[in-house]
Amino acid sequence: MSATLTTSDAAVALRGRRLSPALLAGTIAAALVVTAVLFLLTPLGGRVGFLMVGALMVGAAVAAVSWRVEGRRKAVNRMVTVGTYISMVVALVPLVAVLGYTFVRGFKRLTPAFLTHSMANVGPLDAGGGIYHAIIGTLEEVLLATLLAVPIGLLVTIYITEYGRGQLASAIRFFIDVMTGIPSIVAGLFIFAFWVLALHRGFSGFAAALALAVLMLPVVVRSSEEMIRLVPSSLREASYALGVPKWRTILSIVLPTAATGITTGVMLAVARVTGETAPLLLTAGGNTFIHVNPFSGIQGALPLFVFDQTSRGIDAAVDRAWAAALTLIFIVMALYIAARLLTRRNALARR
Amino acid sequence: MVSGTNGAPDAGPLPPGQASRPGPAGAGVRTRPPADLVGPRRRGDGIFRGLTLSAGIFVLAILVAIAVFLIAKSVPAIAQDKGNFFTTKTWDPDGSKVFGIAALAFGTVLSSVLALILTVPLALGVAIFIVEYAPKRIATFLGYAVDMLAAVPSVVYGLWAVYFLLKRMVPLQVFLADHFGWIPLFADPENRAGQFSQSVLAAALILGVMILPIIAAISREVISQVDPAQREGMLALGATHWEMVRMAVLPPSRPGIVGGIMLGLGRALGETIAIALVIGASFTISPHIMSSGNAIAANIAVKFAEAGSLGRNALIASGLVLFAITLVVNLTARAIIYRAGAVERSAAV
Amino acid sequence: MAKRIETIRLSCFYGSYKAVDDASLVIEPKSVTALIGPSGCGKSTYLRALNRMHEVIPGARVEGSVLLDDVDIYRPDVDPVAVRRTIGMVFQRPNPFPTMSIYDNVAAGLKLNGVRRKSELDDAVERSIKAANLWGEVKDRLGKAGAGLSGGQQQRLCIARAIAVEPAVLLMDEPCSALDPISTLAIEDLISQLKDSYTIVIVTHNMQQAARVSDTTGFFTLRGPGEAGYLVEVDTTTKIFTNPTEQRTEDYITGRFG
Repeated sequence: MSATLTTSDAAVALRGRRLSPALLAGTIAAALVVTAVLFLLTPLGGRVGFLMVGALMVGAAVAAVSWRVEGRRKAVNRMVTVGTYISMVVALVPLVAVLGYTFVRGFKRLTPAFLTHSMANVGPLDAGGGIYHAIIGTLEEVLLATLLAVPIGLLVTIYITEYGRGQLASAIRFFIDVMTGIPSIVAGLFIFAFWVLALHRGFSGFAAALALAVLMLPVVVRSSEEMIRLVPSSLREASYALGVPKWRTILSIVLPTAATGITTGVMLAVARVTGETAPLLLTAGGNTFIHVNPFSGIQGALPLFVFDQTSRGIDAAVDRAWAAALTLIFIVMALYIAARLLTRRNALARR
Repeated sequence: MVSGTNGAPDAGPLPPGQASRPGPAGAGVRTRPPADLVGPRRRGDGIFRGLTLSAGIFVLAILVAIAVFLIAKSVPAIAQDKGNFFTTKTWDPDGSKVFGIAALAFGTVLSSVLALILTVPLALGVAIFIVEYAPKRIATFLGYAVDMLAAVPSVVYGLWAVYFLLKRMVPLQVFLADHFGWIPLFADPENRAGQFSQSVLAAALILGVMILPIIAAISREVISQVDPAQREGMLALGATHWEMVRMAVLPPSRPGIVGGIMLGLGRALGETIAIALVIGASFTISPHIMSSGNAIAANIAVKFAEAGSLGRNALIASGLVLFAITLVVNLTARAIIYRAGAVERSAAV
Repeated sequence: MAKRIETIRLSCFYGSYKAVDDASLVIEPKSVTALIGPSGCGKSTYLRALNRMHEVIPGARVEGSVLLDDVDIYRPDVDPVAVRRTIGMVFQRPNPFPTMSIYDNVAAGLKLNGVRRKSELDDAVERSIKAANLWGEVKDRLGKAGAGLSGGQQQRLCIARAIAVEPAVLLMDEPCSALDPISTLAIEDLISQLKDSYTIVIVTHNMQQAARVSDTTGFFTLRGPGEAGYLVEVDTTTKIFTNPTEQRTEDYITGRFG
């Protein structure tokens, strides 16, 4: 019987054959020393290079020693474990690099004057100017988009969670999911073709809001759908049992119960569209002057400002781009973090 | 229940609004015909239901309208095209009226696929780490941190890539060109690896960063939904942690992960601004990823402001192609995810 | 093949909460030992500590020692993977791997241990499924998914899976609690056959089952609500069910509490 198991004897012997901490530390140290010698003797150089080569050497050495001492299965297990740790670190590198570098580059230019002045009368090579006009544009456009997308989104959600049965409801659900995949530039093209070209309304902050609303709508529906589904049916039944009609139950019991979660979803949706640039290029038009009326005339926006200044390539413009990018990140991150904090206070979502 | 009795016991707990409402809630409920009971209340319900239904239909109408308007503006442009819209590589609608999406579509697919190749192993590593290896408290935080990658605006990635990433990629490019130049992918015929310049590779790197949170979030969700009993069953057979993940966790998660990868691909295909800033706007079809390239969405962003009337319609036509491609990718992704049935719909960022 | 287990002053913790207090017990080879007691008394936790499955739960740890023949499985140089390979386990809810066929379910443990030859796998799979009294029901559909079987068949498949790697000990955590009476009888028959080759420890909340299948019975209970479970007494099954030493055991057996 025992002939069937080639490793039987070794496995039944439960003892031994584990990498001791001392051996592990020694292996790592040896690999680093070899790497250092390699960097001294060969043309290899650079701090990033050292880190990368060093990590590879350590990984290879630990795997080899583990293979020798503990066998293949343990060695593979160790390699994969280390691999997932490295993946995690590598994934966080761009986040830290983008946020950190934007902060360093943007902070020195982010003055009160920068926030309270527009680009009016700033020549192409001038260093002054600010983003006041862009902030106004972004706030109005995002606010209008929210006012359009949230009520419609909630009605759709109520239909698919509370009323919808059968094929129409699942079709709407499915196409809402498909809608989340629409590229933002396509949403911009649609509003351009529909609002600007077909209806001759011209570029405006409102056109931009329409495009952003198309992008927000599916996000709002999906997050609020999830929240409404978390409302226990016993609450609804308690309300029905009191003779309260369904629509009033939804408005006065279901929605308030899910309100925190819905707000979280809306904030995340707002955070997402605030940073959108592509649709605004095709709908808002961009403006260097302060333009308050969103319903007619071209208007600026923060992402557009960053894009525009980035493309100019001169130092003064690039400085403005960093400062505006930092402002944008502050707004988006504030929304994002506030939404997460709200989630933690949300009794429904805390499963 | 209200209808159960005429007597006092049930009258007490009724809320004031309920008790004072005229009509069926009062005494003698049992004697009234059912139609009377239901009638007046149903009207409010009917109106509200109709309202929600029309909102739902409105959403479907938007999708139809997107297709209709894009097609309506594309057809005249394609009709005036002096080249073949699908095979021409150049883009000159306002001058010679010769334009086509061949180079753009190729660049879109190349950069997106490259981004997937770079990012999928990483995203899976992150998902497995967060669910399987990280202590619970840290895991939640790390999940948020990875999600935050999705919150950084595209234009900020673009800015960062142009003024931070490109020049730091030079050593990597030189290394690849020197040692792997014999592979067409890393060949450097224009001899530009040593200078920091826009390239398909840079675009793919940025795209990879942008789609990582999507793929990681969905994978994390499906992996965490695998029944703990499956994990224990595999461990109890004497599996190492990784063997347990490989044999008991990943197989049932696979459809969900594939769906997540497809969603990431859909996002990469449609990404615009960051790509416009780093891909370099050339109209060639070449496998050299360290040369400049192009993409449909980026081309729209770059060309739109200066395009004439035909030029804009031509850009809309290219957008229609992009819409079609992403629609196919997204429909496939959703079909896979729905069939798997495991993933929560909230997972997709 | 079958080995003896001895726990010496074994305590099990979830974080700072002590679930099992100071349990000392000898489990003889080629016998069936039943662990009984009211819900929450720590008998399942104790069982999971015997093959180091307890520590899979974050924050879980043990104090004391568990000897497998003469080796303490909690010694720092002992590999938990090897322990689980040697001490197999069957769970409360049948948990065949849903993406694998019946054949692959049974072969999974062998493949982990490096068995690759088809003929060797075929033999071991057939032998294990036969030993689990399942061969007649599944021999024509070994390539089909294990999830398509009935609950009782699934549980016997899990037993086949566990014994395919020829463990020294088989732990069973309420293996019949999710099954109907007929499937339960089939599993109980199987247990009495398996004890010829294996050391078996079974946790059950069903006293009749303990009386039917086991040679030795250990009784766990709680000192009070929220306190750690402890081993009240262990003796031959006949003695426990007819003339227990401890009053608490007698109260439980006769249904006066629990």
